[in-house]
Amino acid sequence: MTAGTPLVDIEGLSVRFGADGPAVVHDVDLVVHPGECVALVGESGSGKSVTARSLINLAGPGARTTSRRLLIGGEDASRFDAARWRRLRGTFAGLVMQDALTSLDPLRTIGQEVAEVVVHHRLPVGRRRIGELVADTLARVGVPEPEVRARQYAHQLSGGLRQRALIASAIAGQPRLIIADEPTTALDATVQAQVIAVLKDRVREGAGLLLISHDLAVVAGIADRVHVMRAGRVVDAGPTAEVLARPRHPYTRQLIAAVPSPQARGSRLASARIAPDDAGGPIRILREPLPARPAVSDEVVLEARGLTKTYRHRGGRNATFTALEDVSFSIRAGEVVGLVGESGSGKSTCAKIVLGLLEPDRGSVRLLGEPWSGLSERARRPRRAKLQYIPQDALSSFDPRYRVKDIVGENLPGLDAAAGARRIGTLLEQVGLAPALAERHPRSLSGGQRQRVAIARALAAEPALVVCDEPVSALDVSIQAQVVDLIAELQAKLGTALLFISHDLGLVRHMADRLIVLKDGRIVEAGDAIGVFDAPAHTYTRSLIASLPAPLLAGPASPHPIGTRL
Amino acid sequence: MTDSSLAGTAPVDDAAVRSRALPRPSAGVALAAAFVLLLAVAALAPQLFTHYDPLEGDALASLQPPGAEHLFGTDRLGRDIFARTLYGARYSLAIGLGAAAISAVFGIALGLLAGQRSRLLDETVSRLFDIISSFPGVLLALLVVTFLGAGLTNIAIAVGISAIPKFGRVVRAQTQLVRDADYVTHAYIYGRSRLGVFFGHLLPNVLTAVPVVATVSIGTTILAVSGLSFLGLGPQPPTPEWGVMLAESRDVLRIAWWPGVFPGAAITLTVIAFTVLGNALQRRFEGRAP
Amino acid sequence: MIIHPVARRILARLATSLVVVWGSITAAFLALHALPGRIEDILAGDLIYPGLREAIIAEWGLDRSLFAQYVDFVGRIAAGDFGLSYVLRQPVAQIVGSQIWPTVHLASAAGVLALILAGVAATLTAGRGRLARGLAAAVELTCASAPVFWIGILLLMLFSFTLRWFPVSGAQSWQALVLPAVALALPTAGLLAQVLREAMERALEQPFVVTVRARGLGEGLIRLRHVLRHAALPAVTLGGWLIGGLLGGAVITEKVFGRPGLGTVTLNAVLSHDVPVVLAVVLLAAFIHVAASTLLDIVYVVIDPRLRQQ
Repeated sequence: MTAGTPLVDIEGLSVRFGADGPAVVHDVDLVVHPGECVALVGESGSGKSVTARSLINLAGPGARTTSRRLLIGGEDASRFDAARWRRLRGTFAGLVMQDALTSLDPLRTIGQEVAEVVVHHRLPVGRRRIGELVADTLARVGVPEPEVRARQYAHQLSGGLRQRALIASAIAGQPRLIIADEPTTALDATVQAQVIAVLKDRVREGAGLLLISHDLAVVAGIADRVHVMRAGRVVDAGPTAEVLARPRHPYTRQLIAAVPSPQARGSRLASARIAPDDAGGPIRILREPLPARPAVSDEVVLEARGLTKTYRHRGGRNATFTALEDVSFSIRAGEVVGLVGESGSGKSTCAKIVLGLLEPDRGSVRLLGEPWSGLSERARRPRRAKLQYIPQDALSSFDPRYRVKDIVGENLPGLDAAAGARRIGTLLEQVGLAPALAERHPRSLSGGQRQRVAIARALAAEPALVVCDEPVSALDVSIQAQVVDLIAELQAKLGTALLFISHDLGLVRHMADRLIVLKDGRIVEAGDAIGVFDAPAHTYTRSLIASLPAPLLAGPASPHPIGTRL
Repeated sequence: MTDSSLAGTAPVDDAAVRSRALPRPSAGVALAAAFVLLLAVAALAPQLFTHYDPLEGDALASLQPPGAEHLFGTDRLGRDIFARTLYGARYSLAIGLGAAAISAVFGIALGLLAGQRSRLLDETVSRLFDIISSFPGVLLALLVVTFLGAGLTNIAIAVGISAIPKFGRVVRAQTQLVRDADYVTHAYIYGRSRLGVFFGHLLPNVLTAVPVVATVSIGTTILAVSGLSFLGLGPQPPTPEWGVMLAESRDVLRIAWWPGVFPGAAITLTVIAFTVLGNALQRRFEGRAP
Repeated sequence: MIIHPVARRILARLATSLVVVWGSITAAFLALHALPGRIEDILAGDLIYPGLREAIIAEWGLDRSLFAQYVDFVGRIAAGDFGLSYVLRQPVAQIVGSQIWPTVHLASAAGVLALILAGVAATLTAGRGRLARGLAAAVELTCASAPVFWIGILLLMLFSFTLRWFPVSGAQSWQALVLPAVALALPTAGLLAQVLREAMERALEQPFVVTVRARGLGEGLIRLRHVLRHAALPAVTLGGWLIGGLLGGAVITEKVFGRPGLGTVTLNAVLSHDVPVVLAVVLLAAFIHVAASTLLDIVYVVIDPRLRQQ
């Protein structure tokens, strides 16, 4: 597999921006052979993208690169001039980026974009055959009806097809090295698996693949070797199986342990420690348990009956789109119900109806035994406090003029200034924020801190039910673990019922007592969370579970078995 | 328990995190602010800077070139051009502010209306904006002057009307943006009433956009007004208005350059100052979410 | 019948433009009637002679109901009949028709010049080093902030009085067009260049530019083949407004350089209160402006495929 000259062979690569800026990438060694996949894994700001783009001299304006050895395709790239770099791009190395909608020129057709490399470098294809070559390339990455797609624009394709088209535009020049920068991040789980398979095919054909990802689980399925990066340095490197099975660096261990797994249920994700500490035999993950939860009562907090919502297509005459069809479920006091589905499954519509922001066409919602949907906003307002919300993007849910104390305080009506300030302080402490942050502006907070503010705002109203809509999807893995722990801990302490909406099946398995799976607006599966995972009844649920990456580490059951949670 | 210092908001990567190197609010902005301040003082108390009278000329000192005696020289009637330029600030500022006030009041009201959820309201008001802006500003002013006569107030009204759509469209877009913003939707979830949301979130966040438009608009208004004065439609000679002064300078251009230079430079610098300030406000404004 | 989405969009845009044209005619009618004084006096301008009022009342049907007058007014304007100038004793259409060409020459020469200047400046300086951008921004800001007539005066002093390269006034030769066109073009070019450069810089930061670079294209090709089209979009939106500005600016420029044209006619009409002529010129400018913006909006749909579907 690793015969021949390495495609990339670098030693001691450092990148800084500006003449005396700090090193964004520091002393990185990297080798990529033909026919192998090497992964760079790290959280935002780790320098993984800059490292990868340095290989084609595209780290960005003002980037200064130094290295002890910089061999690209066996040649000393430190002597390359601008023209030599340009000849290399597209022919020796192709770049695939994250979001095809913005990474393909939106004003040009897919065909023009795929053909550009070939036309520009005057690669040996007769002029007449450009169209065929484009179609062939699109077919190779699994795009159906390639001739039709070649005439379309990026915005006309689905997310998965678009990403394949982007890959096609990168491999049209038959590059020996493919650099894929978060190529699946914006995609649904099932589509993500397909795109990874397309990349895998290229590796099988002999291309070298440098895969950049924040997600260890994605990398585990495809990479031969993995480099874990943090703050511009490679902290752990080696064959994937070895790094995952015996992570040497504490940061790698923390990353691995922070991924929710079946064993992690009922315990804190961020508390995970790996034992034994000295790398010896197979390692195990030890976690601290979450506080004990009160039993779920029989009192129904929220009951949804036969929710149906159809939208009319804009412009179309009779075309309608059923966002939600006959969806019924109930949530009991203290219960965590997970709502899972991919984009377009109707989860957001369902959340909006539950929150009373949208009226269902048919069906009804009852809150705490009384009617909720179909009422005027005025009639709903007195009971609004009982039903709270934690959004995905906390920052956009804050009035830009507000400080933290105003945001939390908005949900504390009727308290005088002193009592309000005290209560805000208590709430901030409860979500793990220093009370001094009350004076800060949310824009100056980190993503995790903002999410905590959103949680504090929801708690301020002392709700019976909180709708959590993808509450951690925008966060890095380690921060995600901390916020998930916080939600789980507060839920256990306060006994608040949760409707936990997520596309991340692993996360829902970690959190939920019961599970509802939505597809195309219908419930295809519902039941006890563990039961559904052990024996999924519907094929769609099975395919979802199959697309879930295998657990990175098969540790022993957690010291507090799941049974105690229920 | 606290987040790592590396925490970002999204798993996008380092390349995106590097902010683009914009020139920060700098010497230029400070200079512009100082110039506007100076202009305001000159408008209120021009006699602080000069002892010459802007209207009384010394026939013996006609067309003196710039020098120690007359900083900007004198015009054909021997009037001190520096004094006239200083006194001219009040006309430009007054008309600029007045016209901007007219367009702001109507623009904000109409823009808020158009930004509501009613399609009919939006279409009606937007077409009204289209109709107003279909008349080029100068020509609209010509029409107003034909009907109402020349003069300071009339051209201020004309320029003010023609700038209504500019305010209105910005306020409309901003209203729509804020109306659909998450924090407004969420305010209902947290139990705020319609009126509470309107006055607590919508209006304040819409109005933050207004100073930006207003500042830039004062600049363009001064430009438009000086053009109309130059055509003889605004204040009449011997008013020391910059456009009027330039119109008068045309007769002596062959023999003296200074009457044709300084008032024009004053207009240009004033417009630049307001534009720079407006752009600085814009950058601050864009630094935050709607 | 199924209408293609692009055709539907264009038809909708044309309908909107018709509404705007109708609205501007109506606004003119309302303005005439909202004014204090009798309409026949307003239309007569400064002219007084026996029988004139009666002639005006007869010509405009001022003794009929307001609604009948309105229908008649809209119909006449739509047919291009702007009535008689009582001051000049000529049909307005004839006056305008004879004087429109020098103005069209001036405005279109200035427009083309502005487009070229702005395009070149933006393409050369967008996203380049600090010095180049700062210098370009300063020049653009100065051009955009300087009054047309002042630029005209400066050009006259330098090139006509001092260097004697170009004639001071007139419209007989192409030389006589150079200075007015430059004076009129510079402010427009300054504005346009600012917008174009900002749009280009925004486009250059788009992820697709990285993809294009990764295909091995050089900076020049990236700008010409990919970025320029993106930058053109906001400029196209601005286009209608700029054309309005050129028409208005032409009036002032003609005055500075003593050129014949619509501007001179209009100014004389304003001073002699010749309402029919002023009204005709203003409405004509509005129609040109609406037609230009409509055309540009349609161009926008053609450039941007994202707008072609519902």
